Amino acid sequence: MSEMMNKDTEKSSKEINEVEIFVSKSLRFGVLVSGAVILLGLVLFLSSGEGGYPGDSYPTRLRDIFAGAFDMKPFGIILAGLVLLICTPIMRVGISALVFIKEKDWLYVGISTVVFFILVSGFFFGK
Amino acid sequence: MTIVAIKILLVSISAGVLGSILGLGGGIIVTPALTLLFGVDIQHAIGASLISVIATSSGAAVAYIKDGITNIRVGMFLEIATTVGAITGALIAGLISPNLLYIIFGLLLLYSALAMLKKTKEELPEEVPLHNVAKTLKLQGEYYDKALKKNVSYKVDNVYSGFGVMYGAGIISGLLGIGSGSFKVMAMDVFMKLPLKVSSATSNFMMGVTGAASAGIYLYRGDISPIISAPVAIGVLIGATIGAKIMQRMKSKTIRKLFIPVLMYVAIQMMAQGLGVKL
Repeated sequence: MSEMMNKDTEKSSKEINEVEIFVSKSLRFGVLVSGAVILLGLVLFLSSGEGGYPGDSYPTRLRDIFAGAFDMKPFGIILAGLVLLICTPIMRVGISALVFIKEKDWLYVGISTVVFFILVSGFFFGK
Repeated sequence: MTIVAIKILLVSISAGVLGSILGLGGGIIVTPALTLLFGVDIQHAIGASLISVIATSSGAAVAYIKDGITNIRVGMFLEIATTVGAITGALIAGLISPNLLYIIFGLLLLYSALAMLKKTKEELPEEVPLHNVAKTLKLQGEYYDKALKKNVSYKVDNVYSGFGVMYGAGIISGLLGIGSGSFKVMAMDVFMKLPLKVSSATSNFMMGVTGAASAGIYLYRGDISPIISAPVAIGVLIGATIGAKIMQRMKSKTIRKLFIPVLMYVAIQMMAQGLGVKL
């Protein structure tokens, strides 16, 4: 009896592990990429002493930030990295929702979707 | 400039370590350090502290997920309360005196610090009943405790009070613009009786999510300065990665002993602010 239960928990924990390893890997990827981009921008700024924008100014709109990053402007690169960093938790919520769909856990598909939409609407309120 | 950036980086590493262990996001160190030590204005300090919260959350999460310490279900469910709370807070700003709220929530924190004092000898919550709603929502869970070297399975109690405190925490962050990690840990630890490590990791998860939601507004307002936020982000990412590894090997009793004085400090600071006393 206890052996059967053990097998059951082993099986379910293995499934959860696969999913969690995927979430963990994508999160690590997001963190490494954003960290590397921010570091690149910071090193460029410190070595040249210039942010690439007049005076102490820097872009505050997404389009301007990414345009600046593609022009290799240090402040543009840093801010693009920060935007990527800001996206990692949002990505995590999105992935969790996909995981709940895969597990057919509709209650939590609903909960994650609600949370996701509240968050996305928050991001656009700022415009 | 390079020296200042390195100094901010070092402070941020320690903020990341402490923030990831206690579930407080790191803003509690970053904001005062930037304003007091580096003379950064409060607006840009808050912007950088928001970046620190997100960096702590994502940096620590990489280490936590593998051992299942973060309870995503609890986090998602309570996230509804905090996000709706944050919107309420933004809507009622101006209608209600923040001073009164500071005092009420300061008292609530003080109460929970005292409640935590009673639990200093307790490594894991004992004999927690499974609340009916918690059962329906499948909030109970299991994680591998590296300090105890065993799997710990736990139940969840008082879902309504936990949800209520989380709603309050959301109002506080919407109204006062603070991360309110201390309230999140308190709601899970004191009210819902989750293990402390789970409460801390889940609080960090939630703070990252809430922080990311409001970051857009700060970015458009120009509050996130690249010069200040870049060393903060890198430092906190490093610190949180280290902190998350240390936390897993720490006993909950030890984490609690670190947590209580921080909680009392925040409680007293909030009440003083509410009463208009400068500390």
